[in-house]
Amino acid sequence: MSQVALPVRRQLQTPPVEASPYPYNPGSLLSVYDLSLDALSHLLARATALENEDPLVRARILAKRRVALLFYESSTRTRTSFELAAKGLGADTALISSLSSSIEKGESLKDTGLTLRALGAEAIILRHNSSGAAWLLEETTRLPILNAGDGMHEHPTQALLDLRTILAHLRPGIEAVTADTLAGVTVSIVGDILHSRVARSNMLLLPRLGARVVLCGPKELLPELAANAGPGISIERNLETALRQSQVIVMLRIQAERLAGMQLDLEEYKAAYQLTGQRLAAFAPTAVVLHPGPIIRGLELTAEVADGPQSAILEQVRNGVAIRMAVVERALQAASLKGGRA
Amino acid sequence: MTALVIRGGHLIDPAAGVDGLKDIFLKDGRVAEIAAPGKLKATNGAEVLDATGLTVAPGLIDIHVHLREPGQTYKETIATGTAAAAAGGFTAVAAMPNTLPVNDSPETTRWMLAPERGARIRVFPIAAATRSSKGEAINDYAALKAAGAVAVSDDGRPILKDSVMREVLASAARVGLSVIQHAEDTRLTQGASMNLGPVSFKLGLRGMAAEAESGMVERDIRLVTELRDARAHLHVAHVSTAAAVAAVRQARRSGLRVTCEVAPHHFLLTEEHVGLFNTNAKMNPPLRSTADRDAMIEAILDGVVDAIATDHAPHALHEKEVEFENAPNGITGLETALGLSLRWLHKEWKLPLGRVLSLMSAQPAALLGMKGRGTLTVGSFADVLVFNPKAEWTYRAGESKSKSRNTPFDGWTMQGKIRWTISEGRVAYSNPA
Repeated sequence: MSQVALPVRRQLQTPPVEASPYPYNPGSLLSVYDLSLDALSHLLARATALENEDPLVRARILAKRRVALLFYESSTRTRTSFELAAKGLGADTALISSLSSSIEKGESLKDTGLTLRALGAEAIILRHNSSGAAWLLEETTRLPILNAGDGMHEHPTQALLDLRTILAHLRPGIEAVTADTLAGVTVSIVGDILHSRVARSNMLLLPRLGARVVLCGPKELLPELAANAGPGISIERNLETALRQSQVIVMLRIQAERLAGMQLDLEEYKAAYQLTGQRLAAFAPTAVVLHPGPIIRGLELTAEVADGPQSAILEQVRNGVAIRMAVVERALQAASLKGGRA
Repeated sequence: MTALVIRGGHLIDPAAGVDGLKDIFLKDGRVAEIAAPGKLKATNGAEVLDATGLTVAPGLIDIHVHLREPGQTYKETIATGTAAAAAGGFTAVAAMPNTLPVNDSPETTRWMLAPERGARIRVFPIAAATRSSKGEAINDYAALKAAGAVAVSDDGRPILKDSVMREVLASAARVGLSVIQHAEDTRLTQGASMNLGPVSFKLGLRGMAAEAESGMVERDIRLVTELRDARAHLHVAHVSTAAAVAAVRQARRSGLRVTCEVAPHHFLLTEEHVGLFNTNAKMNPPLRSTADRDAMIEAILDGVVDAIATDHAPHALHEKEVEFENAPNGITGLETALGLSLRWLHKEWKLPLGRVLSLMSAQPAALLGMKGRGTLTVGSFADVLVFNPKAEWTYRAGESKSKSRNTPFDGWTMQGKIRWTISEGRVAYSNPA
């Protein structure tokens, strides 16, 4: 039988994709992609230095500089730690939340940003329910924008504080990171990956330092194409198999507010993916357990795991303040270099 | 009426099989005579346009535009939209009915056609297939056709119910109107703002699956098959996925009257062009995968695609300067369609010039039964495009004749510079530069 020749696919020249113009402002932190490994090392070192600094000396670093916190979504950890970080460096902060501002009256993100800039804000920390909002705010204000979570997209400071926590446990003393600092380390991210900006920032950051990222969850919350998001990412549907490989386990909350009509059988979910003391002891008895919070005890993890010796959840919160001091300092230093205040 | 002579140009009229140096005499809005250079007979008093070194072709026809009037004149009006069309070489456009109110009545159809609208070129209204485009009650197609509608469509609001779509196809077939479907199973695309794939996952945006388009095309083809009425014509608007094109190809092989159009952005761009939340790369159907885009190119080159249509969808700047998810769908396209088609389909991918022109004039005219258009035989409407097909230029959105500027092609290199656009014997656009 003769072979039927397949038509040779024409190799066509097609229009190129232009390089990204972002970030416009060198002080911005929109995505974990915005940081080179050197910039990352510098931030980690500054976080430690600022944390160890005398609070009175520290408060002079950004004395009377103005930082706006613009929050379109509720937040406990991120908002408070950004606020404490900015204030700890001496900056004045103003908090604008969507429920008590002109945002309720229909003011656009662009106009809100321009208003804050006119009020003297030198940097804006933005939490927003729409993916990409931080890019829009940066493009329209050209201020340093710190992305404190945009929709389901990114949460870069969470990834940085997670990294600081991981390094403290697995690579104590190391702050200058390289492409193989986390070689041999497997980080499993478990749960609602689809709706999680924390998952995205972590899966894009950690492999750059040599870590393997294993995503673990049911199909509804973890589509197959997630494995193509970047290098070093794989999918494992079985929690116990994932745990067995992991030195770090990042547990995620099911984001009920983003399910958009998706029906999930929570009992089935818990049976397959809840991190219990028993599972942890059996399959990952030395792994560090992280969670970006808020945690829902009894759903994605049990109270004994949350409060147990392997949990670093509150350590993450502490690291959040140190990391955000470094990030706010970087934002305002860039603003000064651009000819703002000396 | 005016009389015009176009002298010294190279006439390409694919439908008539003409490709050579010709002089053309236009009188009373029609083509009066075509002759070898210098051989026209009676042209007394006619104004002469010197087309030496230029190409003369039937005016372009876009069967998918949104002129926003009535109701959203801050985005576009019939006057500004048709001015942009004339600047892009178009002499006829078919206007979608998703206006405010929806064009579902003979009154609105006639209102759009009234001289007071100030149309620069010919407008052919497409009427809504169902009352208010709600996908429930069927409109009076005979009355709409009598008022001037050339097709029916609920563009942007696909007809989901099988029973309703079946009746739409049957009713339209009886009066000889085409049914244009925006193929999207909106039950599968709730809250989605771009193509479903690795890029949408990475950007944290909800995605539209290719199956939401192809599934609807397959459903519609099944309904046409079951109808067994040779007069039935299903036209798939702005097809964007490989699977949907494959379904059209298959339907055609089985002898059905199923046609499709492709927009320039779907044969040029991919989901990667969304970049970091560029709202001028947000439209519906969305920019798709590279494989889908390549399938659009192949389908144009091998003839499955019947027309290039822009889906010109103007939006005000403030509407696009918002969060990606909140931005309206659509981009302008009338001024860039020819320039992009010649730059890429013709120059880069070697589609003969006559084929490009046919996809933008003769074929769309035939699809919607625009008699006497899309060709320049004697007696046809004097709808003419005079241009230099080799000249390159750069598109500047800021200089657009449209009221809106929402295009991803600002600053792009275009090929084919228009000298004159002539609509029914009158110069609708002239660019001496």
